[in-house]
Amino acid sequence: MIYDVIIIGGGVIGCCIARTLSKFDLNIALLEKEADIASGTTKANSGVVHAGFASPREYVKRDMCITGNKLYTQAVEELNFPFQRIGSFVVALEDNQIKKLEEQRRQGTQDGVSGLEVILDKEKIKYMEPNLTDEVVGVLHAPTAGIVSPYEMTYALAENAATNGVKFFRNQRVRRINHQNYTFTIKTKEKEFEASNVINAAGVYGAKISKMVGLDYFNIMPRKGEYILFDRNALHLNKILFPTPTKVSKGILVCPTVSGNTFVGPNAQNISDRKDFATTEAGLKEILEGGKKLVPNLPVRASIRNFAGLRAVPDTYDFIIDNTDVYGFINVVGILSPGLTSCYAIAERVVDFLELLGVNTKIKEDYNPIRPKPELFKDFSKKELDKKIKEDPAWGRIICRCETIPEKEILNAIHSPVGANTLDGIKFRCRPGMGRCQGGFCKPRLIEILSRELNIPYEEVVKTGEDTNFLVAKTKDVVLNKLEGGIEE
Amino acid sequence: MKKYKADVVVIGAGAGGLAAAIEVKKSKLNLNVLVIERDKELGGITLQCIHNGFGLKEFNEELTGPEYVQRFINQVVDLKIPYLLDSMVIEITREKIVYAVNNKEGLIEVEAKAIILAMGCREKTRGAINIPGFRPAGIYTAGQAQRFVNIEGYLPGNSYVILGSGDIGMIMARRLTWEGCKVKAVVEIQPYVSGLLRNQVQCLEDYDIPLITSYTVTKIHGKDRIKGVTISKVGRNFDRIIGSDKFIECDTLLLSVGLIPENELTLQAGAELSKNGGPIVDENLETTIEGIFACGNVLQVHDLVDMVTVEAKRAGNNAIEYINSRYGKELKKKEIIKCVAGENVNYVKPDIINKHDISKEVVFTFRVKYPDRRVLVQFKDESNNVIYKRKKIYVIPSEMIELNLNLGETNINPACKSITIEVIPRPEVLIEED
Repeated sequence: MIYDVIIIGGGVIGCCIARTLSKFDLNIALLEKEADIASGTTKANSGVVHAGFASPREYVKRDMCITGNKLYTQAVEELNFPFQRIGSFVVALEDNQIKKLEEQRRQGTQDGVSGLEVILDKEKIKYMEPNLTDEVVGVLHAPTAGIVSPYEMTYALAENAATNGVKFFRNQRVRRINHQNYTFTIKTKEKEFEASNVINAAGVYGAKISKMVGLDYFNIMPRKGEYILFDRNALHLNKILFPTPTKVSKGILVCPTVSGNTFVGPNAQNISDRKDFATTEAGLKEILEGGKKLVPNLPVRASIRNFAGLRAVPDTYDFIIDNTDVYGFINVVGILSPGLTSCYAIAERVVDFLELLGVNTKIKEDYNPIRPKPELFKDFSKKELDKKIKEDPAWGRIICRCETIPEKEILNAIHSPVGANTLDGIKFRCRPGMGRCQGGFCKPRLIEILSRELNIPYEEVVKTGEDTNFLVAKTKDVVLNKLEGGIEE
Repeated sequence: MKKYKADVVVIGAGAGGLAAAIEVKKSKLNLNVLVIERDKELGGITLQCIHNGFGLKEFNEELTGPEYVQRFINQVVDLKIPYLLDSMVIEITREKIVYAVNNKEGLIEVEAKAIILAMGCREKTRGAINIPGFRPAGIYTAGQAQRFVNIEGYLPGNSYVILGSGDIGMIMARRLTWEGCKVKAVVEIQPYVSGLLRNQVQCLEDYDIPLITSYTVTKIHGKDRIKGVTISKVGRNFDRIIGSDKFIECDTLLLSVGLIPENELTLQAGAELSKNGGPIVDENLETTIEGIFACGNVLQVHDLVDMVTVEAKRAGNNAIEYINSRYGKELKKKEIIKCVAGENVNYVKPDIINKHDISKEVVFTFRVKYPDRRVLVQFKDESNNVIYKRKKIYVIPSEMIELNLNLGETNINPACKSITIEVIPRPEVLIEED
């Protein structure tokens, strides 16, 4: 079978394109190299939906961001993922920074960002965000900025895309792409796929994929950002807090998450290894110091996890969204910040390109844009809860005590379209192990459930993919093997 | 919704909860007690502690963890104490209504006169101590590994580094060695072992497992499965000493870096916590909510399960006494004495003492912050009067200090609002040094 479109990359960009294209009468497949979707940059970023005033005017990403922000309203209604428009502050700590804020406000407003306001009344600022430093001299308030769970949104996109017929293939690292007679043949380790059109959404591997069809006109460098996550209730922020930006980066922010935690980060470090997700002593120190400039009472002792993510930084510093010279091959790469904000606008751009390529973009009759809101234990009243448990006892068995997650939510995560097949997949879909005990209690129970539901032995249950299994052998096996070895000698 | 009524609800069926429930049931008042446990069987974490060393104080014989707790389980069965398994308490109200769920009965509401909290403790994790590096598979807390090996029958790895010399870590070092695994080292940030001496001797020294003190793990290597750790020597303020890095190859890292009382429910019920992570309690082990008591590791992390049993029995008796004499009566305005942790004291239980109980014998339990020799344990009132003192040859953080004292028999100032407990060098030592 020849697919009309194959998307390479199952991050937020790939999944958003898949979902947007799923409304058309097309055969679509998505290939992801990892064991699960949302495993790269999507899994470890700030989760901020930017208002759109920050990028320079000459960049395409500025337009994409401003449009993309507005598209979130409809997307949330249809896809029911966690998103809150809480607004952001760009914080000036010195008088000479106010000029920069004023300029951003003026240009942003001209370009269609609504509600921008420079606030200099310190009392008002502190009323709006009591945890902000006393050193503040002014802020640029952007009420349209918001926070989102990037991976939960990606799961929702994938789920809806799959419901509308997109085929997802995980564990498919693309090794080669042949292009002949207007057909692309994509080879992975075990499989071969054919498609008329290919969309490259491979994130930090975008240049590598592009080179496979002979397109070598840009480079993508990974830039690492480290984060520290704090326990829920340790600090409550009303606003996303940015420092006044420098030329290099938006700086280290202090930001609430949709699940009620707070994080500080990221820093920015250019690296060469695309698997370097390691946090460093110096980096963690740097982000804490940076964060303390905005929020001096950062709850350092309440940190529950540190992690790092990679941004895909193109040498142009702007998004590369191209209908390329190779007919049918579309590059959607170099999607660094504000890529998460821009994803819906980027997907619309891809639709325009496909139209130019003659792809039929008539909306199919049975397209269902709705991904229903997941049922959650914490949202039930006591009466509803009782009823739910009577209907399905799996609602009554609590697996994760920190986040109060019942077995039913875990089963839903495993058996949903593009469901979880790893422990991290469960964790990111429904939060067991994300709380303050970080899986201390629930890990053995999750391994038991995953082993049962996927019908695999305990030893084959993995954290993220190949070579990340939790258990290596049954007890006595090691001793017995040694004994047998001894006898043979 | 299933509704129950009980005189006493015990939350948690570990060693503490069971002992407390038995104590209540045995009372002559014919009280009914209900135990709620979130796991599939009675016994709690003691079930996975299959090593010996239990029961020396309580039964005067040496038992394994399961043997020890089975004696309590048998009593629960003999006394026909009702219990709910696989049932998670999701809410406790100030009015002492307990809500729980399980998959057989749905939502359960229990109206109680008194509640005994016995939820135990949990292990500290890597995030809480912020080790930089990758986040590969192969990092476990020691207790998790213990569950995998002893209950599930699986090995989490082949070669190990254990960070922290807590008791579970040292016990797992021996256990894994028996399973044919290689334990490369136990690494401890303090200059001394944080678990019991007997475990240092019987679990590490007897098996030639290296113990590396004043070192900590400063980096985790390996992108998929852990491939090794960097350990570094630390200075006085636990700062890394540059140039002291060493790499140890391993496929598993176990963390035994401490335990924290598990008090989500306590907080949610509205009781206040103290610095040690356990609830604030008075001399009756009663929390800041009348009729809610706490015992065992949820109150403070104990050295031995035998000590948990003793404390749980006290909580049980205090709950009986509460139902018998105070339940349903108007609250008296309480006058209290605060117990403050002074020099080299990490925390003190009880946190407060009711003045009307001043002539009762109070059980004080506390831990020091750092080891010391030839010290004086001293209680002072606000005006710096020493009201009690006792010599001790040595003190170490891993050994809880327990002493019984009747404040009414001391020269305490009756108007006093707080007492301070301190562990100071003995004056004669100072003189010697002069």
